[in-house]
Amino acid sequence: MTAGPQDTGPQSTGHAAKRRPSPVTAVLGRHPVGGLLVAPYVVFLVAVFAYPLGFAVWMSFHDYFFTAPGVTVERPFVGLDNYVAVLGDPDVRQAFFNIVVFLVINVPLTVSVALLLAAGLNQAVRMRTLLRVAYYVPYVTASVAVVGVWLFLFNTNGLVNDVLGPLAPDPSWLVNSLLAMPSIAFFVAWKQLGFFVLLYLAALQNVPKELYEAAAVDGASRVRTFFAVTVPGVRPATVLVVILATITGANLFTEPYLLTGGGGPDGASTSPVLLMYQLGIEQGNPDTAAAIGVLLVLGVLLLGLANRRFVRGGD
Amino acid sequence: MRKNHAALAAAALAVCLTATACGGGDDAAAQAQTAKGPIKIWLSNNPDELAWGKQMVKAWNAEHPKEKVTAQEIPAGNSSEEVIGAAITAGNAPCLVFNTAPVAVPQFQKQGGLVSLSSFEGADAYIEERTGAKAEQYKSEDGQFYQMPWKSNPVMIFYNKGLFEKAGIDPENPPLSTYDEFLQTSSKLVESGTSQAAIWPAPSSEFFQSWFDFYPLFAAQSGGQALVEDGQAQFDSEAGTAVADFWASMYEQGLAQKELYNGDAFADEKAAMAIVGPWAIAVYGESIDWGAVPVPTASGMPAEEVSTFSDAKNVGMYTSCENQGTAWEVLKFATSEEQDGTLLETSGQMPLRQNLQQVYPDYFEQNPEYVAFADQAERTVEVPNVDNSIEIWQTFRDGWTESVIFGKSAPDAALSDAAEEVDGLAGQS
Repeated sequence: MTAGPQDTGPQSTGHAAKRRPSPVTAVLGRHPVGGLLVAPYVVFLVAVFAYPLGFAVWMSFHDYFFTAPGVTVERPFVGLDNYVAVLGDPDVRQAFFNIVVFLVINVPLTVSVALLLAAGLNQAVRMRTLLRVAYYVPYVTASVAVVGVWLFLFNTNGLVNDVLGPLAPDPSWLVNSLLAMPSIAFFVAWKQLGFFVLLYLAALQNVPKELYEAAAVDGASRVRTFFAVTVPGVRPATVLVVILATITGANLFTEPYLLTGGGGPDGASTSPVLLMYQLGIEQGNPDTAAAIGVLLVLGVLLLGLANRRFVRGGD
Repeated sequence: MRKNHAALAAAALAVCLTATACGGGDDAAAQAQTAKGPIKIWLSNNPDELAWGKQMVKAWNAEHPKEKVTAQEIPAGNSSEEVIGAAITAGNAPCLVFNTAPVAVPQFQKQGGLVSLSSFEGADAYIEERTGAKAEQYKSEDGQFYQMPWKSNPVMIFYNKGLFEKAGIDPENPPLSTYDEFLQTSSKLVESGTSQAAIWPAPSSEFFQSWFDFYPLFAAQSGGQALVEDGQAQFDSEAGTAVADFWASMYEQGLAQKELYNGDAFADEKAAMAIVGPWAIAVYGESIDWGAVPVPTASGMPAEEVSTFSDAKNVGMYTSCENQGTAWEVLKFATSEEQDGTLLETSGQMPLRQNLQQVYPDYFEQNPEYVAFADQAERTVEVPNVDNSIEIWQTFRDGWTESVIFGKSAPDAALSDAAEEVDGLAGQS
């Protein structure tokens, strides 16, 4: 055996640690090329995410409206006025309440059904690919098209009410104040299921088979194996699914806009983002819309942190 | 080097625009107003209007090779107003948009996006002579025109004669002129199982939906009042309450549906009536044997006295236009007697020109089905041209859906609450 370069590694590293890094290294790091490679994404993030977010925060503290280039108008600092206005607006409070209802139904439903389906698909031998594609199709289909189908299914004379007969709700699903938001939560869970099933399927490939063998040797039932092996085995994926479902759910727009005709009935399915669209784009009040947006971002951040802590448990 | 000069010029311009320190703003505006050259225009994506727009552009370009007009459809978006608003902010709006909704004009004006047409020599006289007394409704609060009144679609009650006959109602003289008659006719249609709903206006919450349920009936019942006049809401009144109570009865009795119809309820014969403008003749004319009557009033009114909502679309000139001199000439050309006639022939929509039937007698002789709409076009009410216009309509709509459609509160109380809010909004700048 000959001494390779690796043999001198520890020595040289120890020596380098004592040396001060050059100013170039201090600024650009030990791998400047790496910085260059991530630069496009950083630029993208700054341009598409960080700058608009910062601008929205700025807008929310000013009396602001959009103007043509070259038009000079006063945009005075108004402190918390926009926040006071939106928090005092019953429509805004209703919209935030609606989105809480949505998340309480949608997120657990998404997690549980996606995991169950993924576990089933992982074991299915026949038609596995067909089933995976079938679950993914709604996710890649335009909401406008899918909403049309759901309108036919869930309107008063729709298929669902025909099947339910006397048990059908009155007023029907999408015009019922109590059922409109839960209906949307089910719709969104169904539509996005394919994506989350894929995430879980990927995670399931990393659960060691030995654990299932050990559970079988110990005589664990299927249900016991699912809760003792599968669920903890995909916990990192569950964290991701919960956070993604929360973020996309909090940004709900298309469904109340199209499925319940602009947040109906009587505002029962209005979401904060739909309200932002109405106030900021339609009515020309981007300052109050921005205040709602900032509150929503803060709410989602807090929820995300709580989700992470809750789902990850003691990890 | 040239690039550097261009960049410097652009930077200087940007600084000037931002700081308004150059003092040349008024001069530049005055120069733009007389400048001639090529311009861009946007047209609605309605096939008939596109066909009209293309021939209009072709006719103009043939005579004005140095002032060519390039036309395109309004880019796709949730609504034309949203797209135009974004274009104003970005500074890339075209010179003219032949689909500017009157409800959006106050907002576009506030954004600094619209050119005052009144600043062109003879413009006010041209508009008032063409449109007549109705032109007054299109003036902004400062007394100037920021929109050229272009065309209206006065709404009436369109009904399906076949379904009426099936329900045992005289299809030639249907009893639809009073609220009681309308309710009884509607009951016959629904109770006989002829149609699922007598009429199916969209029960959804978008701000503009009140233009097709409340507003035409309010215009008729009030004798031609707008939603807001002199900064005050007008609907918290006997006329407003009568209209609200009428619609509340329609919804309560299941004669109008509370649910959004996925498609066209009238075309699918799920509803026997619809509130539509003359565009409907071309759309339903071949498939449905139809009739049209004015919207109802509480105790009935002669047809020649009934007012209705105009559902107008106008033309706006946008401040990003460099050759406004040409744009103004094109605007006059596009609203000339000849081009208005072509628009009428191509689309069936009513040019906002006074005495339509006298100006185009041949057309109405050959197309008698449009006469009722032309007659109705003489008595139209526009949306109020006031600040916060869209917010005002949304406020009204929210009160309407809560009380009239879903019956959660008394309609008169909801109208009063909405009126109080609207008064506040109309008073803000």
